[in-house]
Amino acid sequence: MLTTVDGKPLKEALAHAQSRAKRRAFLLVLPLLAFIIVSFIFPIGQMLYKSVNNTGFTISKDFGTGVSTPIMTNLAEWFEENPQGTDPDETAYAALAADLVVLRELKAPGQAGTRINYELSGSRSMFTKAARKAKKLEPPFKEAIIDLDEDWADPSLWQAMRTASIAVTVNFYLAALDRKRADDGSVEMVPENRQVYVTLFKRTLILSLMITVICFFLAFPIAHLMATLPMRKSNLLMILVLLPFWTSLLVRTTSWMIVLQSQGVLNDAMVATGILADENRIQMMYNQTGTVIAMTHILLPFMVLPLYSVMSMINPSYVRAARSMGATSWTAFRRIYFPQTVPGIGAGALLVFILSVGYYITPALVGGADGQLISNLIAFHMTKSLNWSLAAALAAILLGAVLLLYWLYDRLIGIDNLKLG
Amino acid sequence: MADSHTKDAFVEFDRVQKSYDGENLVVKDLNLSLPKGEFLTMLGPSGSGKTTCLMMLAGFETATHGDIRLDGQPINNIPPHKRGIGMVFQNYALFPHMTVAENLSFPLEVRKMPKTEREAKVKHVLELVQMGEFGGRRPAQLSGGQQQRIALARALVFEAELVLMDEPLGALDKQLRETMQFEIKRIADDLGITVVYVTHDQTEALTMSDRVAVFEDGRIQQLAPPDELYESPQNSFVAQFIGENNTLEGTVKEIKNGIALVQLDGGGLIDCKPVNVTKAGERTRVSIRPERVEFNKDRLSAEAHTLKAEVLEFIYMGDIFRTRLRVAGKDDFVIKSRNAPDQVRLEPGSEVEIGWLAEDCRALDA
Repeated sequence: MLTTVDGKPLKEALAHAQSRAKRRAFLLVLPLLAFIIVSFIFPIGQMLYKSVNNTGFTISKDFGTGVSTPIMTNLAEWFEENPQGTDPDETAYAALAADLVVLRELKAPGQAGTRINYELSGSRSMFTKAARKAKKLEPPFKEAIIDLDEDWADPSLWQAMRTASIAVTVNFYLAALDRKRADDGSVEMVPENRQVYVTLFKRTLILSLMITVICFFLAFPIAHLMATLPMRKSNLLMILVLLPFWTSLLVRTTSWMIVLQSQGVLNDAMVATGILADENRIQMMYNQTGTVIAMTHILLPFMVLPLYSVMSMINPSYVRAARSMGATSWTAFRRIYFPQTVPGIGAGALLVFILSVGYYITPALVGGADGQLISNLIAFHMTKSLNWSLAAALAAILLGAVLLLYWLYDRLIGIDNLKLG
Repeated sequence: MADSHTKDAFVEFDRVQKSYDGENLVVKDLNLSLPKGEFLTMLGPSGSGKTTCLMMLAGFETATHGDIRLDGQPINNIPPHKRGIGMVFQNYALFPHMTVAENLSFPLEVRKMPKTEREAKVKHVLELVQMGEFGGRRPAQLSGGQQQRIALARALVFEAELVLMDEPLGALDKQLRETMQFEIKRIADDLGITVVYVTHDQTEALTMSDRVAVFEDGRIQQLAPPDELYESPQNSFVAQFIGENNTLEGTVKEIKNGIALVQLDGGGLIDCKPVNVTKAGERTRVSIRPERVEFNKDRLSAEAHTLKAEVLEFIYMGDIFRTRLRVAGKDDFVIKSRNAPDQVRLEPGSEVEIGWLAEDCRALDA
């Protein structure tokens, strides 16, 4: 073992010598670390946890006292004792009746009903109604409960309750992929008229891809121009590229609304110049076209900047060398210049794609019904339908897709080739 | 300056001018012709127009006026890729995303050469630059000197008859630079190619070239073989730029029998060879090389004029001694003497008398 001149092990001495500097470096990054944990890692973890764990049918929490009480315990016990596919018998209904009484006491029938409603819409009111009358129910409970509402005999409902009686579930992921549990517990597609999410995921990916490709074709020439022009002119161009960055997102999106709407600037101009008849005004907004146009404009700088930073590092003598060796300007571009811009293209494309996959405001404002992206639906489940577990599952799938793309990129091009600026 | 219509000229600049902004001429009336197989160096300080000339020849800049001819054909309007001129760049410009072999095979590929032929040529040229084993490497895995060799090989692989080199050794350290100078010269001579070489390093220019064109202010100041350039500079810029040089200012007193008698401003009379002076009364700048100054009275002719000098500093440099003197009021006069057993080491503070042969002392423009 190597030692210092006075016999201390060298590794120990090194660690000691560096410990002060390391401690100080750690303390410097500590605020950021704490901030990220509190504001990013913890909420995301919570969200992901919610996507596989919904306690709506298992625990009721009194937010006044902070006390959590298990609910639907009798039913959960029955489900445990009787395997999948057992028809609910009198004991099952008795357990349900007992649980409904507890729900009523805890003022929790709405919560439990909502949880079942996620799986089987229209069932929330059955719980509130039945809980109101639960105390007055007399045996035989099966007849008594079905008497309240004959839907209580529905096998789908019992399947839904069986799933919900365990807090941990993958059903929200199934729902996010337009699938559900059949009555026998197997996975099946939801009816065609209710399939929305897969279509929306596909649309989000296709539109994002389209925006990325358009951004690339628009950004490449301007980035090249900026990289080759003399400093003064390229700085001016740079300001023009960055100008949208300094304008509020909302202002930019609403300006696009002014330009694109059917009584808007663009249509007016085309009608005025006679390109279009007044009755044939093009619908460029509240559809996918509007979303693509506005988002391309907003995300363009994210493509230009990495491309510019890579291109400005490419020495012009490479192309000159290729030309002197007999390559036409096209060959020199294709074989020599273009391959060297790939790290910038990769970075720009990845940035634009990931940003557009999760974009919310612009499609919400100019997308209409047709131009909505998955993030708009996530927002809908967060704020309107309050199905947070489904929102979390959708978001998790989106995150997974982006990570998959990132992994693919790493395999194909290599992440160390990424140049963000 | 060379005659612009030489019959056997391979490369020819005919009254070429170049301006980038329409206000200043970077190249002013350039006339230059070189025969096949010549190694010509364009030497000059930065901004003297030498690189612009090279770029015009390669086709990356267009001449504002005048003709550039290659093998008798005007090439002003021929795009660079059709000129068939090999080029070595200052930073080598090896394509970083290709291996060495791919780099070398690129000019052959664009010429649509079949694969087997390409491979044979690449192998051959790699051996020529003594880099046979490095075909599979990437440029980033090579040292500066190795990259240099590959860049040279790439300019040679498609058998260009004319190869341009733009300060190719600028990024190498001194020792490697000297090795490469001989290497490039050897290869150029072996292959019989014509080379136009740009540098600001005068040693490089002197050791490698058949002829050197000294550029300054957009003009060729002198075009001559290295020895002539060093020993007979045509004007004071060339004298100053090439090698070490002692300068004394004065007025011509008389010119007789091909020898000018110059009265120095700092006092003293000297004999010179009149180069840019024609009559008595003209101002002149006198140039004399440090190694041509003699302080041993026995070796000077009896009638030669001498100057009194005070030794200020003596520096031992191994192969030579370098002595700084105060002469005619100037204290930057340098003598270099060979370190020989019988050589005198001048003591600082002592007084000596110095002189020289009249033809070693050139009276140039003021």
